Amino acid sequence: MTKILQKLGLPINLSIDGIAIDNVISLVHWLMLVLFIGWGAFFIISIFKFRQSKNQKADYEGVKSHLSSVLEVAVVVIELIILVGFAFPIWANRVNNVPDASENIVHARIIAQQFVWNFHYPGEDGVFGQTSLDLVDEIDNPIGLNRSSEGGADDIVTINQLHIPVNTKIRLDLSSKDVIHSFSLPELRVKQDAIPGMVIPVHFEATMTTEEFLVEMEGTSREGKGLEIACAQLCGLGHYRMRGYLTIHDQEGYEAWLEKEKSYLDEESDDDWDDDW
Amino acid sequence: MEPCKVTHNSETHHNEPFIRKYIFSVDHKIIGLQYGITSLLFLFFGFCLILIMRWQLAYPEEPVPIVGSLLGGGGILLPEIYNSLGAMHGTIMIFLGVVPLAVGAFGNYFIPLQIGAPDMAFPKLNMASYWSYFIGGVIMVGSFFTPDGPARSGWTSYPPLADIEVGQTIWLIGMVFLITSSLLGSINVITTIIQLRAPGLTWMRLPFFIWSQFVTAFLLLLAFPPLEAAAVLQLMDRLVGTSFFLPSGLIISGEQLAVSGGGSPLLWQHLFWFLAHPEVYVLILPAMGIVGEVIANNTRKPLWGYKSMVYGVVFLGFMSFIVWAHHMFITGMGTAMSSFFQTTTMIISIPSIIILSAMFISLWGGSIRFNTPMLFALAFLPMFGIGGLTGLPLGLAAADIHLHDTYYVIGHFHYVVAPGTIFALFAGIYYWFPKMTGRKMSELLGKLHFWPSLIFMNGIFMPMFIQGLAGVSRRLWDGGLEYAHASGVLQWNEFMSVSAWLLGLAQIPFIINVIYSIKNGEKVGRNPWESTTLEWVAPSPPLPHVNFEKIPQVYHSPYEYSVPDREKDFTPQNEPIKE
Repeated sequence: MTKILQKLGLPINLSIDGIAIDNVISLVHWLMLVLFIGWGAFFIISIFKFRQSKNQKADYEGVKSHLSSVLEVAVVVIELIILVGFAFPIWANRVNNVPDASENIVHARIIAQQFVWNFHYPGEDGVFGQTSLDLVDEIDNPIGLNRSSEGGADDIVTINQLHIPVNTKIRLDLSSKDVIHSFSLPELRVKQDAIPGMVIPVHFEATMTTEEFLVEMEGTSREGKGLEIACAQLCGLGHYRMRGYLTIHDQEGYEAWLEKEKSYLDEESDDDWDDDW
Repeated sequence: MEPCKVTHNSETHHNEPFIRKYIFSVDHKIIGLQYGITSLLFLFFGFCLILIMRWQLAYPEEPVPIVGSLLGGGGILLPEIYNSLGAMHGTIMIFLGVVPLAVGAFGNYFIPLQIGAPDMAFPKLNMASYWSYFIGGVIMVGSFFTPDGPARSGWTSYPPLADIEVGQTIWLIGMVFLITSSLLGSINVITTIIQLRAPGLTWMRLPFFIWSQFVTAFLLLLAFPPLEAAAVLQLMDRLVGTSFFLPSGLIISGEQLAVSGGGSPLLWQHLFWFLAHPEVYVLILPAMGIVGEVIANNTRKPLWGYKSMVYGVVFLGFMSFIVWAHHMFITGMGTAMSSFFQTTTMIISIPSIIILSAMFISLWGGSIRFNTPMLFALAFLPMFGIGGLTGLPLGLAAADIHLHDTYYVIGHFHYVVAPGTIFALFAGIYYWFPKMTGRKMSELLGKLHFWPSLIFMNGIFMPMFIQGLAGVSRRLWDGGLEYAHASGVLQWNEFMSVSAWLLGLAQIPFIINVIYSIKNGEKVGRNPWESTTLEWVAPSPPLPHVNFEKIPQVYHSPYEYSVPDREKDFTPQNEPIKE
């Protein structure tokens, strides 16, 4: 079924937790298909067999068997199996197994705003610098980061660019500055609302780098188009263009990216020095 | 139970002035027609909005033909206007179109007739309900002519967006009137069905349509008050500086929002969906009721499993109050909450399956007449089936992670409401038109209306599942053009839009049919469909204010078709089976 759904449009899955999600989607589509074909076949046979020109007199009682009740019970049982066997455990994993920042993971924050995704990485020390409303400056400091706070000096802040390593647990803490947005990575089967006033973690582990994904996409309509972050919740007139970019690196590539970002930071602080003098 | 006595007769009403008779009428039939005409116009209006939006989706940033000059922006549908039209399409279709047509029009007109009552229990409340609806409608339409334009935060109006966007205040005021109208109407329906049933019309002899309206009225009565309260709270957030739905520390366009904060955006979602999920059943139950009537009549046999259908409808009503948060899985819900709401959602699928299966099984052994009402009623079954089934993956939180807020959702609920409910409403119009006017609608035009509508409905909504599986978000101004993951399914946008415009053309035979048939349709007597329920005992149209010459006595269950050993294949409820 996953193959059929992929033919229809479902993107290939690039995350470990996505496998289970695809399984549930497939299972429930099987159930839907069986029910629909069952109803449909019964429907078509009935309207042909019992059209007035063929069957002049209706049967007062109609169907006498109570097979339908048996089938309905079967549907209940299947739904229960899907719920208890699949849906509940997946959700428990999603919300209860959020990896702790002390583990060997990549931990970053996402601060959504109308129509931009801001990413905040803690930098080498693994400590997020403080942020403050009063420091927010839409051009220079969209998240209001206090560089002189503890751990703040080496923090990396990017706009619309999420870089992560492959085969590593990623934890992203989502919040929003203004309205509700929804952080969606269709290929990783990740979606979570970013709600102002709340911080909500999502976690996942990618199984493929962007480069490998692009190779996979050769010859399809996706060819040459990388991974993106979509906004799934109406957030204003720019909702349609609230797009970010996701790059999944191999470990070396990710470290190289971090190094590059760090060098920008050094340049920036040099700039500040110059400005002050 | 004491049946209502007819305390006034038609004579005293003969000399009513025009304005009492047709405008500020207290006759449930006139009010029903007022509701019907107004809601059909709103349905048409709401449909036109989406036809404009579908231009932008098919041909992004090309000037809209015909109405482009009205839109500003050089004829291009700008994103802010797109959002406005989207919010108003939803609002108008649900609150001004389908619900008033299903409950206000069909409920008002046919509840008293089917239970053998002279009128609704509270005729003046009935009039107040219509006029409150009318004012709400005028406010909603009026919002198009304000400098800021109509609301643009979706029909769901999630704060903080809805708290800060323009146009929302007037939407909220309009909603207060619409909700008030529904509350007044629902009290009336409940009282009427409990108090005014004809002698002998016991609960298990009620037509299925009455059961569906009865449960619907309870949903409206119990689910709307939280939304009315929520609407007033949001209005206060906007007008007097409260922060019910605004947390502290919001920064809008670089400026800190000067509000006290401390509120919760999620509170709105709970209050909203506490109404809006039962509302889904408000949209679907009357439709099931109509389809039940039409199917029993045109299969010429009793509905199969009438009792299980009745219990199913009542159970659906109860359950619909405890599934609302399945709209909110992605807001950060924990395991306990999500397990509860997933379970209730799976449970609620069961009565729906029972009712739908009973209607399918009812066909077996029938002598099926394929007239226009029956075609629409038959098409309802598989179409609603698709709508219901595609709700299953959305009700499982795990599958919802991928499908939430995508076109899959849009496809799902449109299958329920458009080729589902709206087809049922068409079935009702074709079926009961002779009762309302004394004339039948044209069968030829009816079929010209039905077949293209069926094809184009599927042309519009089926590809939405494909786009949704691909992960294309809803409410995108450019239909997903911006996104790489949409690139494989974008070609469907034009197909869906063309289907939508053709669906518009397919309504022309219907419009002609209604107008033509009022004066020129084939004249018919009281019971042209040879039906069994009480509305067909009254003259066509029924007598002003009293409906029946004499309140009928009921002897048996509603669908006594093809009773063995009887010559006629139908036995009306007011005719004893054994003489």
